[in-house]
Amino acid sequence: MAEFQLPKNSRMGEGKVWPKPEGATNVREYRIYRWSPDDGRNPRIDTYYVDADECGPMVLDALIYIKDKVDPTLTFRRSCREGICGSCAMNIDGTNTLACTKGADECSHEIVKIYPLPHMPVVKDLVPDLTRFYAQHRSIEPWLKTTTPEPEKEWLQSYEDRQKLDGLYECILCACCSTSCPSYWWNGDRYLGPAILLQAYRWLIDSRDEATGERLDNLEDPFRLYRCHTIMNCSQACPKGLNPAKAIAEIKKMMVERRV
Amino acid sequence: MSDMRTPLAKVRGLGSAKDGTTHFWRQRVTAVANVFLISFFVILVIALQGADYASFTEALQNPVISILLLLVILVGCLHMKLGMQVIIEDYIHSEGLKLLLLMGNIFFVSIIALSSVVAVLKISFGG
Repeated sequence: MAEFQLPKNSRMGEGKVWPKPEGATNVREYRIYRWSPDDGRNPRIDTYYVDADECGPMVLDALIYIKDKVDPTLTFRRSCREGICGSCAMNIDGTNTLACTKGADECSHEIVKIYPLPHMPVVKDLVPDLTRFYAQHRSIEPWLKTTTPEPEKEWLQSYEDRQKLDGLYECILCACCSTSCPSYWWNGDRYLGPAILLQAYRWLIDSRDEATGERLDNLEDPFRLYRCHTIMNCSQACPKGLNPAKAIAEIKKMMVERRV
Repeated sequence: MSDMRTPLAKVRGLGSAKDGTTHFWRQRVTAVANVFLISFFVILVIALQGADYASFTEALQNPVISILLLLVILVGCLHMKLGMQVIIEDYIHSEGLKLLLLMGNIFFVSIIALSSVVAVLKISFGG
């Protein structure tokens, strides 16, 4: 059965309340999920206070402030700090998004709550284990597949055909969409999820690719593709403003098109 | 026993079933048909509100009404079967129980559909 309650060792408790910065007038409160594989304890929610005048405007700035000045054990991934690497994807203020492009001011609550991406195994604190997600990406063979001998210079593509990749190539594989999808929560072992299906569509629609039929064969499965029930959380969550739900609908259209 | 398969082997699993589009297409076709059929059914119920048994059987002996009513039953039941199948596949993860429920779903829908069809036919043939 689908599990509607967290397992006993995953239930969260109250954690430590860290001291407020001295002399600060503009303080914002953060409640952050903490879990370590090393201490055998259940996850807990630690409370931190960040001096907003002493730190940048984004949630990632606040996390870096906390790690530098309050608690160096707080663990999270980050790299580019400009929404292009996808490393700092996490659940902020109730929505999966990138900490580096989410302004602390944009949060709808005074207290900013931060959790790791939902329904993924946690490595530590805000770091989820995305091994399966990457394997799923590998399974759709995300590269140009051709049988025709390679041309001397390059594979040609018309301007119009190149435009079809807009709204798809921008995906940074941050996993915000897939981990916001209830279908992916319940059946992530067999359903590919919105991010991977958007990537699959990116190769299906590429005019230079010669393996369209083979790619569709690989996706035509009650679980791999058809667990999408157009819940649309994916399109709502995408921090890059892409529309994975539409890409999935286009794949379903291709499936019907090739048989009617 | 720990699972030492690689992540890719786990994801590829038993491979693609090369199926699912039939189910998807049927669900859409029955949904579109139901827009009209269920509207007809609601209108029929309203029209027959307060009617006695004699006028009810008289209405059902009209072949257009009985054929449409049979379609309501068959299309509605097929749609119900397809929908329930998805719910079972979504939420039941124990393979044995899932197979039992998927079978039970087919049996249940078959009984409901056929009993309703026999009832309509019996009345429409004056039985």
